[in-house]
Amino acid sequence: MTWTIALAAGILFGAGTYLILQRLLSRIIVGLGLIAHAANLILLGSGGAPGAPPVLEDGSVGPYSDPLEQALVLTAIVITFGITAFLLALAYRSWTEQGSDEVEDDTEDQRIARRREARS
Amino acid sequence: MTALATLPVVIPLLAGALTLVVGRRVALQRGISLVASAGSVVVAAILLFIVDTQGAISVSVGGWAPPIGIQLVADRFSVLLLLVSTVALFAVLSYAVSHQATDEGFRGFHAVYQILGAGVALALLTGDLFTLFVAFEIMLTASYVLLTHAADGRQTRTAITYVVIGLVASALFLITIGLIYGVAGSVNLADLSGRLDNVDPGLRRGLGWMLFMVFGIKAAIFPLFFWLPDSYPVAPTPVTALFAGLLTKIGVYAIIRTQTLLFPSEGLSPFMLAIAGLTMIVGVLGAIAQTDIKRILSFHIVSQIGYMIMGLGFGTAAGVAAAIVFIVHQIIVKASLFLVGGLVEESEGTGAIDAVSGVARRSPIIAALFLPAALSLAGFPPFSGFVGKLALVEAGFAAGAWLIVGVSLVASVLTLFSMTKIWAGVFWGTPNTNERRITPWGMAGATAALIAVSLVVAIVAEPLVGYAGRAAEDLLAAPDTVALVEGRTP
Repeated sequence: MTWTIALAAGILFGAGTYLILQRLLSRIIVGLGLIAHAANLILLGSGGAPGAPPVLEDGSVGPYSDPLEQALVLTAIVITFGITAFLLALAYRSWTEQGSDEVEDDTEDQRIARRREARS
Repeated sequence: MTALATLPVVIPLLAGALTLVVGRRVALQRGISLVASAGSVVVAAILLFIVDTQGAISVSVGGWAPPIGIQLVADRFSVLLLLVSTVALFAVLSYAVSHQATDEGFRGFHAVYQILGAGVALALLTGDLFTLFVAFEIMLTASYVLLTHAADGRQTRTAITYVVIGLVASALFLITIGLIYGVAGSVNLADLSGRLDNVDPGLRRGLGWMLFMVFGIKAAIFPLFFWLPDSYPVAPTPVTALFAGLLTKIGVYAIIRTQTLLFPSEGLSPFMLAIAGLTMIVGVLGAIAQTDIKRILSFHIVSQIGYMIMGLGFGTAAGVAAAIVFIVHQIIVKASLFLVGGLVEESEGTGAIDAVSGVARRSPIIAALFLPAALSLAGFPPFSGFVGKLALVEAGFAAGAWLIVGVSLVASVLTLFSMTKIWAGVFWGTPNTNERRITPWGMAGATAALIAVSLVVAIVAEPLVGYAGRAAEDLLAAPDTVALVEGRTP
């Protein structure tokens, strides 16, 4: 894996993690997109250094790049694209029904908070 | 004959497409869906017989030779879980069909349901790490749709958590696949098990733990389970029952498959056993704190996953065999308990323990269905939970892991306590309403059938344990017995 790919994947992953930890749903979705990109880059980098195109036209046998991980990346891109679109639709529905984009505390947090209020 | 191994994936996909073609005719959709699910059960049973008597079946789907192309491998472990999963899918589908609301308001229900079934079958049958990723995505995407289609605003928000967790886990899975491909140059599981021998042992162990974590999120093991109890109860009952019975167990299947094949055990794994113990105890304590049937049961899913990880953590064939028996028991019992919870909600209007009372007097049938399933979950003889737990305890003693066995027994007692909490709160007492509600007979019938299956699991305990032992030996055997060639391997 080349340094540039590793570095780019690291930066994307860091930024994505930061965004996922935010409270706004739209930022979380952008963060997920960045993490998916980082994953795709790592997958691409796992094929080793780039070479000539994998399809040998003139019968020459030399360094050529590995086609398999490109096929894997394509599949992964399609899948993450579909699910991100679905998630955006969900976020839109949740926004139209609740009027806010913020992620609330989960059920257990709310129960504990209620219990504390009831006691005081 | 080898083409038979592709049918569990092909049948549901074709049936799902067909239900969309027939459009709005719900009766026709139901017929197609039920026939396809029943057909999958039959195919899985035939596969089980063939694989057990004649050895594993391996099919190269795309026509490419094994290490490059996509392979389906039906061995003892995958075929057993395939049979149990298809039975659970069929029973839950019958319940959903009787529960009119599930599919009448949602034209795509049967299509999505069948696609989920295809994803489960593909995850169980694939012999390829990347196809496993694709299978998980098929399964999870279908589950996202089932979870959210009827959700209101608040439920949508909860479901979003589930989707986000799923996406993060998928990205981590993809990264792990990339790293494994980078160091070993293959994604075929059988091929990898040989190639990873040449990889630095520290690197190999690190990759092993990464895969463990990825599947751990999907299986909801100890520090990674928080998404589950919030998201599962949101869905309509048949969907929750299906998720509870199947999805996390497919994660456990993937853990067992990859850990035994790619990262051979070095005996007892203290780290894995610690995770198992914490999963059991934290899950069951969470269940005790809850006051709604479905939320209690959701925490029990987490707790019971710990037992399966414990069996794997022993690092012996007996431990893995016990874990396999326990998975079989859990898929059936967990799904049936959720179906009973749904019956209570259907007949009483809510599943909150404080709001419902005296169901045993109002609808004795529901109480009679709850009791065997609850006792089975707690591990009482003669139910299937006892078979699974006995096998685990025996394997634990044989491996000399006294502490974790003690912890698992404490968790069992706490499970029983939380089941008595449901029993005392919901089923005993005087009914707090005189309003006559109808017992949903069709749904109760489907639930009864699934509970009957769990009783059958207990009755065939002897052959089942023997079969699981053979499956575990296959898993732990030298990798050269794993199917790497087209056709059959003895």
